[in-house]
Amino acid sequence: MKAPILIFGWGNPSRGDDALGPLFVERIEALNLPGVECLTDFQLQVEHALDLHGRQRILFVDASVDAPAPFSAERIEAEKDDSFTTHAMTPQSVLQVYRDLEDDDAAPTWLLAIRAETFELGEPPTATALANLDAAVEWARDWIVALK
Amino acid sequence: MAFELETATNAEALRRVAIEPVSRVEGHGKVTILLDDDNKVHQVRLHIVEFRGFERFIQGRPYWEVPVMVQRLCGICPVSHHLAASKALDMMLGVKLTPTAEKIRRLMHYGQILQSHALHFFHLSSPDLLFGFGSDVATRNVVGVIAAAPEVAKKGVLLRKYGQEVIRLTAGKRVHGTGSVPGGVNKSLSAEERELLQKDIYQMIAWSREAVGIIKGLFEKNLAEYNRFGRFDAHGMSLVRADGAMDLYHGGLRARDKSGDIIFDQFDYGRYWEKIGEDVKPWSYMKFPFMKHLGPDDGWYRVGPLTRVSNCDFIPTPLADAERKEFLAYDAGRPAGSTLGYHWARMIEMLHAAEMIKELLHDDDITGTDLMATGTRQERGVGVIEAPRGTLIHHYRVGEDDLVTRANLIVSTTHNNQAMNESIRQVAKQYLDGKEVTEGLLNHIEVAIRCFDPCLSCATHALGQMPLEVELLDAEGTQLSRMQKDARGICTAE
Repeated sequence: MKAPILIFGWGNPSRGDDALGPLFVERIEALNLPGVECLTDFQLQVEHALDLHGRQRILFVDASVDAPAPFSAERIEAEKDDSFTTHAMTPQSVLQVYRDLEDDDAAPTWLLAIRAETFELGEPPTATALANLDAAVEWARDWIVALK
Repeated sequence: MAFELETATNAEALRRVAIEPVSRVEGHGKVTILLDDDNKVHQVRLHIVEFRGFERFIQGRPYWEVPVMVQRLCGICPVSHHLAASKALDMMLGVKLTPTAEKIRRLMHYGQILQSHALHFFHLSSPDLLFGFGSDVATRNVVGVIAAAPEVAKKGVLLRKYGQEVIRLTAGKRVHGTGSVPGGVNKSLSAEERELLQKDIYQMIAWSREAVGIIKGLFEKNLAEYNRFGRFDAHGMSLVRADGAMDLYHGGLRARDKSGDIIFDQFDYGRYWEKIGEDVKPWSYMKFPFMKHLGPDDGWYRVGPLTRVSNCDFIPTPLADAERKEFLAYDAGRPAGSTLGYHWARMIEMLHAAEMIKELLHDDDITGTDLMATGTRQERGVGVIEAPRGTLIHHYRVGEDDLVTRANLIVSTTHNNQAMNESIRQVAKQYLDGKEVTEGLLNHIEVAIRCFDPCLSCATHALGQMPLEVELLDAEGTQLSRMQKDARGICTAE
């Protein structure tokens, strides 16, 4: 039986603020919330569509230099966009892959984009990004509670 | 060192076309094409901003941390770095692995080969191949493949997922695995895990065979174009087992020249620097490896599936070996020398990986408990592995305080640097000859780069989907025309 809520954060933990996605997942995991499964990877890829199976709500989490500080959260839908690259699909594309593979839509999905500054190899996350992470985790706690 | 079309003799009088993709974290690449007054291609260069800071990232760390942390050098092939680093540190520790440790690592490696090759073929390259190089970018992507050939796409997803499961169960986690450690592994498979993987492996072998059939069929249908596309002759190098068999995990270095004659064989990779040098060029951040005795001008070489399949004497699994023989004999061996032959060779390797996984899953050693070995410590170690994209070298020196004092990495994409340049030159000569750079023409360059599956994913696989800028400049740097392809694949010209 899969957990009804999936939280999927991605990024490289050793590339500065790109660590925000995995760090977010760590923080939520530490809360030990029932009914919540947390997954992480370096980048989104086609096989992650299979992780969406049997969920009731999905939250994708990524670092973004384009997001407003401290974060943005929005509902997203499957989209046949061309923006995905081989190793870095957009969550909308993953939802589209799910739709095409399963002939059905995935559960309602949100994208949480946490404002990031730099992605340098070997650098720790910036203080600003970590403050944004705190705010995002607070939002997510409320989001999860509201669902229940 | 100068190759045809690499450095124009009168560059100041030429016009410059620059193709510059943008990436977030993995580095980026740019293609520049210099045209003469008659709009003929005069100079072509692939500039890649290589991963820099590798060595700095590793130096100063305790050696036992290295196999885990190097996975973060690259989100695309973390397992290859994990294993190459482990092998280097095995050598540093003077260790000969236990049978269980070596077989678990091999299982992990073949899982990585399977998932990487499946992704590349079914979701990165098959859009090019199924829809044509110049087709509408809106359909030339994975979603397009799903719409046009849903069963093919679904098998690709499931093959990749299976490979990821092999990695998860051998490395301990889906990502950031810790399974391989200096001197051995920290887990073997439980009976349940083994059974879980055994259940689906025959399906994976069947689908891998179908994949070989797909690329073979595409070659049959487009033989002349595929044989000609981006074609060039090159030396090749890969690991080969002592008896000449393909071995993607371990072996000696074998190099063949352009005619297929052996240059060196079973060379101990622990002294790779005696055979391989790294040239630098003022116009590129990326080094240009070459075989030392041939020199930088003539000693560059090609690595990866195309080289490996023809460099070995046989593949030690029956289905893949039969496919290898057919590949090498097909059309008098021309596909085996073509740039698009990479795809065919890659699918033969995927089939081999599936067969190897099956073999290992039926070997009781993978559930053994003798996981670690000890030896006499050395001050340095070299690990070489045939990663999905080609030969990967990790070289470390470790101080008495257990901290890494020196690190040198030569990744597959660096080995293929000159080869990729050569391929693009051939494509440019074939297709870029006019006043205007069209999207279709750019697509051909992207298709050539994608054949190598370079590990600068965002710079190379991404071409065609990521932002791309093309500028036509005169010798003074004045922009004559410009084309931009945005992240959604929409082109705008100025």
